[in-house]
Amino acid sequence: MDIFIQQVVSGLATGGIYAALALALVMIYQATDVVNFAQGEMAMFATYICWTMLNAGVPYWGAFLATLAIAFVGGIVIERVVIRPVEHAPILSIVIVTLGLLVICNSLAGWIWTYVQKPFPTPFPSKPFKAGDVVLGAHDVGEIGITLLVLFCIYAFFRFTPLGLAMRAAAHNPVSSRLVGIRVGWMLALGWGLAAVFGAVAGMMVAPVLTLEPNLMGGVQIYAFAGATLGGFTSPGGAVLGGFIVGVVENLVGTYVSFIGTELKFTVALAMIIIVLLVKPTGIFGTTVVKRV
Amino acid sequence: MREGSGALLEVKNLEAFYGRTKALHGVSFSMTAGGITTILGANGAGKTTTLRAISRMIRTAGSIVFDGQPLEPRATEDVVRLGIAHAPEGRGTFVHLTVEENLRLGAWGRRERGRLEEDFERVFGYFPALAARRRQHAGTLSGGEQQMLAVARALMLRPRLLLLDEPSLGLAPMVVREIFRILRTVNKDAGVTILLVEQNAALALDLADHVFLLETGRVVMEGPSEVLRKDDAIRRAYLGY
Repeated sequence: MDIFIQQVVSGLATGGIYAALALALVMIYQATDVVNFAQGEMAMFATYICWTMLNAGVPYWGAFLATLAIAFVGGIVIERVVIRPVEHAPILSIVIVTLGLLVICNSLAGWIWTYVQKPFPTPFPSKPFKAGDVVLGAHDVGEIGITLLVLFCIYAFFRFTPLGLAMRAAAHNPVSSRLVGIRVGWMLALGWGLAAVFGAVAGMMVAPVLTLEPNLMGGVQIYAFAGATLGGFTSPGGAVLGGFIVGVVENLVGTYVSFIGTELKFTVALAMIIIVLLVKPTGIFGTTVVKRV
Repeated sequence: MREGSGALLEVKNLEAFYGRTKALHGVSFSMTAGGITTILGANGAGKTTTLRAISRMIRTAGSIVFDGQPLEPRATEDVVRLGIAHAPEGRGTFVHLTVEENLRLGAWGRRERGRLEEDFERVFGYFPALAARRRQHAGTLSGGEQQMLAVARALMLRPRLLLLDEPSLGLAPMVVREIFRILRTVNKDAGVTILLVEQNAALALDLADHVFLLETGRVVMEGPSEVLRKDDAIRRAYLGY
C-alpha cells in the first residue's frame, strides 16, 4: 500500500509536468486549430536559459521567474515572426512550420550548449517527506505544488480578468471579437506567450529528474499529447486532468506490470492515445466542434 | 450637427469585393447625426455587405468618412474605437460565455472602461429578460433573447453610430415589435444614430426617417420614409399591397 501511494504521488508529479505542457498545447489548439509540435522544444530551450543563468550565479527563484518572463516574450515573438505570416495558410502548412521550429530549437540548443547531459538543480530540499510510513520525494511534492499554483493562476486569469475574457472570446469567436474591438492577432500572440510559460515551468520541473539535454522534452511531449487527447483537445481542464492521469497510469503500469518496466513505459502513452482515439475521439471532456466550411 | 456637410457618415462610390466578385457597384449615401436610416433591398442586394464595408470586414474601394475621419485605412477593431457598434448578421453571440461576459466584451472598444455597472443597469432596463439571465451561458438563450443581447452588447460601447443587421430575422412578431420599440428609445434618449438593414420593409419604414433602396449593389432610390412609403413601386415590391 505504501509503495502504491508513493507511486501515485510520483505519478502525479510527472503528471503535473504533462498537464502543464498539455495545457500549453490545448491553449494554442483552441485559439488557432494548430497543434504546436515545437511546444516541448521551446520549453527545453527555456530550461537551458534558466541553466545558463543559474551557472552565472543567479539564485534559483530569480532565474526561475526571469526564465518565465523570457519564455513569455519568446512565445510572443515566435508567434509574431514565424506563425503570423502563415496564419491564413492551410493547417498542414502551419503544422509543418511548427515541426521546422522543433528541429531549429533542438539543433540550436545542441549547437549552443552541446548534447552533453547537464545536471539541473531542484529548488526543493533533498530530504524526503515522511507521512506515516509513506516516503515522498520533496521534489515530487514541490513539483505538484508548483504545477497546481500555475494552474490556479491561469484559471484565475482567464476567469476573472478582462484580458483573460478577451482571450477566451478571441479563441472562440474571432469575427465577433473584432467587432467589439478586440485585437485578435495580439490575443493569439499572448496565448503563445502563456503557452511558452507553461512549457518553461514543465521544463524546469522535469529537468532535475531527467537531467538537461536537447532531447529533454521529446518524451514529455508525447505524454502531454496523450494527456491532451485523453482529456480532450477542446477542453483545457480536461487536458490538465488527462496529463495527471497519464502520469499516474504510466507510473503504476511501470511498477506493477513487470514486463513493461521502465523500457516499455513509453508504449503505454501511445497505447492510450490510440485507445482514446478509437473509443472516444473527442477525449473525456472534449466536445465535437462543428465547423462551417 | 457636425461641421461641413453635417453628415456623420459619408459613403462615396463604395465598391466591395468577395474575392474577385464585386458585391457593391459604387454606392453613395450620407447620414446625418441623430437619425435612423434604413437600407432596404432584396436578398443579395448588398445590404449586409454595406455594413461589412463600413466595419472594414471586407475589401473595398471608394471612400467612407465617419465624423471627418476616413475609415478605409482602419482595421475592424479600430473602427469600433471611433464609436461604431455593429450587431452583425447572425447576432454574433459569444455562445460559450455568459450574458454578462458578452456585455462586458461589448464595452471593450470604448475609451472609459470603468463604470460598467451603470451600463449594465441601462441595458437591463431596456431588456429585463437579459437581467434575469445574467449568469447564464448566452448559447442557451432563445433567438429573441440573443438578438436583444446583440443589441445590448452593441450599446455597451456607448456608440455614436449603431449598425444593425436584420434584427427581426427569425423572430416572433411580438419580440420584433419590442426590439424596435427599444431601438426608437435608444435613438431618442441616447441620441444614437442608427443604420438599419432590414428585410421587413414595413417595420423599417416605420422606424426610420430616411431610406435607401439597394438593388444588385446600387442605390436605386432614396428619400424620407414617408415619401418612399407612398411610392407605388416600393409598395408593391417591398410592402406587398
